[in-house]
Amino acid sequence: MKVAWLLMSQLRKPFFQSRLSPLTEWLFVLPSLLLLALLALPILALLWRAGTDGMLSLIAQPSAIAALRLSLLTSTLSTLIAIATGTPLAFVLARRKFAGKTFLELVIDLPIVLPPSVAGIALLIAFGRQGVFGAWLNAIGITLPFTTTAVVLAQTFVSAPLFVRAARIGFAEIDHKIVEAAYVEGSNEWQLFRYLMFPLAGRAILSGAILAWTRAIGEFGATILFAGNLEGVTQTMPLAIYLGLERSLGIALALSTVLVFVSVLLLLVTRRLEDHKDGSTN
Amino acid sequence: MKRILATISFVVFISWLLGACSGTSNGDAVSRRLTVFAAVSLTDAFTEMGKAFESEHPGVIVAFNFGGSQNLRTQIEQGALADVFASGNGREMDTLAAQKLVDAGAPKSFLTNQLVIILPENNPADVVTLDDLARPGLKLVFAAEEVPAGIYARQVLDNLNGVYGADFKNQVLANVVSNEDNIRQALTKVQLGEADASIVYVSDAVAVPELQKIEIPADVNVIAEYPIAPLVESENSDLANEFIDYVLSPEGQATLKKWGFTPIVP
Repeated sequence: MKVAWLLMSQLRKPFFQSRLSPLTEWLFVLPSLLLLALLALPILALLWRAGTDGMLSLIAQPSAIAALRLSLLTSTLSTLIAIATGTPLAFVLARRKFAGKTFLELVIDLPIVLPPSVAGIALLIAFGRQGVFGAWLNAIGITLPFTTTAVVLAQTFVSAPLFVRAARIGFAEIDHKIVEAAYVEGSNEWQLFRYLMFPLAGRAILSGAILAWTRAIGEFGATILFAGNLEGVTQTMPLAIYLGLERSLGIALALSTVLVFVSVLLLLVTRRLEDHKDGSTN
Repeated sequence: MKRILATISFVVFISWLLGACSGTSNGDAVSRRLTVFAAVSLTDAFTEMGKAFESEHPGVIVAFNFGGSQNLRTQIEQGALADVFASGNGREMDTLAAQKLVDAGAPKSFLTNQLVIILPENNPADVVTLDDLARPGLKLVFAAEEVPAGIYARQVLDNLNGVYGADFKNQVLANVVSNEDNIRQALTKVQLGEADASIVYVSDAVAVPELQKIEIPADVNVIAEYPIAPLVESENSDLANEFIDYVLSPEGQATLKKWGFTPIVP
């Protein structure tokens, strides 16, 4: 809405304080409105249908509650894993230069652009019971597919790269002079990380974590292929929405509405963090 | 100069993409497109029939959308443009007929199918008889309750309650680790060895010959009848009817038989 309001206010003012003719102005506004319509109308329609048909009450269904709980649990776990393992990785990537670093960064970024279905098949082929590495795990009694662990792994696979990317940029943006000053004062690498760089990159780390969490909550393709679909065990909200569509559009709409609100909330928080960052540097 | 070349190659590329979308590879022949929505279990048989139909009808392209019948039904309800619907059960067809998307008298049964138990090639859980399915710790992957094949599989379990005791079905269902969106997904999980067993159509098992099978006795098996019908909103109803005639022809029925279905027209 904020963007739409901005656009409308720009209609009355000339763009960029330059002297564009009204025709040129429309050259900017018209395509923007088209894209905005495509982006906003589906969400509006979804909320409107869910609201008017009283479908939100369906959220109290046991299967919907189970999906909601599972989604919150798994996405929180996968985000915690991303923070615990991704922060050190991002720190190393931001501080060190080593052979094969570019390649390593490519490997880390790949899941961001990979279609989730490819991720799901890759996970199944790697960690499935008869998979390339999963067969070893199976030999010591660990079977991953069709478990809640598999859901967490699938979510971590697709969301952790977003966190690493954000944290790495956060570490890299820290002023070199401050780091050097700390060295001169005699701090070691751990102290540097613990008392200087981690707090300074805190905001980037937090917004990266929220971004990863949003992505984890929305994970669908890799989950359904690697973890399957069983209520209360592996059926997260996106799976319940997809499969619920055939049983009852109402449950699907109600769950979708919840996901829209959660996503908006998380986006607002990230926005806040970014605004603060801009404010502090200016 | 570079820029012009780049622009030209971009335009050529885009028009090639658009050509791929509309499927008109040869410009002179007027091509028509017949869109068939079919149960995923029909994938192999219908793909073969589509090619045969295309060669009998020059200029016609048969495009398939294979999926769980309940999925296809939802898509049609939401306005997906299709000419023919071939469902894995009568329920989805009846739902469409009730909404006047299919003429009430139009659906014709065109095959029957039965169920069979499939095991991975190496049978890791050592499943030998039907009652092994109730053994705790087994990993079963079924089609979901919304999918026709999933409904039939649960009916078979109901029937088996009469053989192995009233709690048999519950014990088997307790071993289900995933309810898949369509029957071929369940099949794939068994094929990959990730699941110990599944109940699928005989025709699905024919499509993957390396799987081990356990027959389900006729008295407890379920006979699935597949209906086919043209859709009311089809703009190619002549072609749609010709395709349905082809499916019911001796040639079409022979193809179905080849893929493990039981033909309905003798």
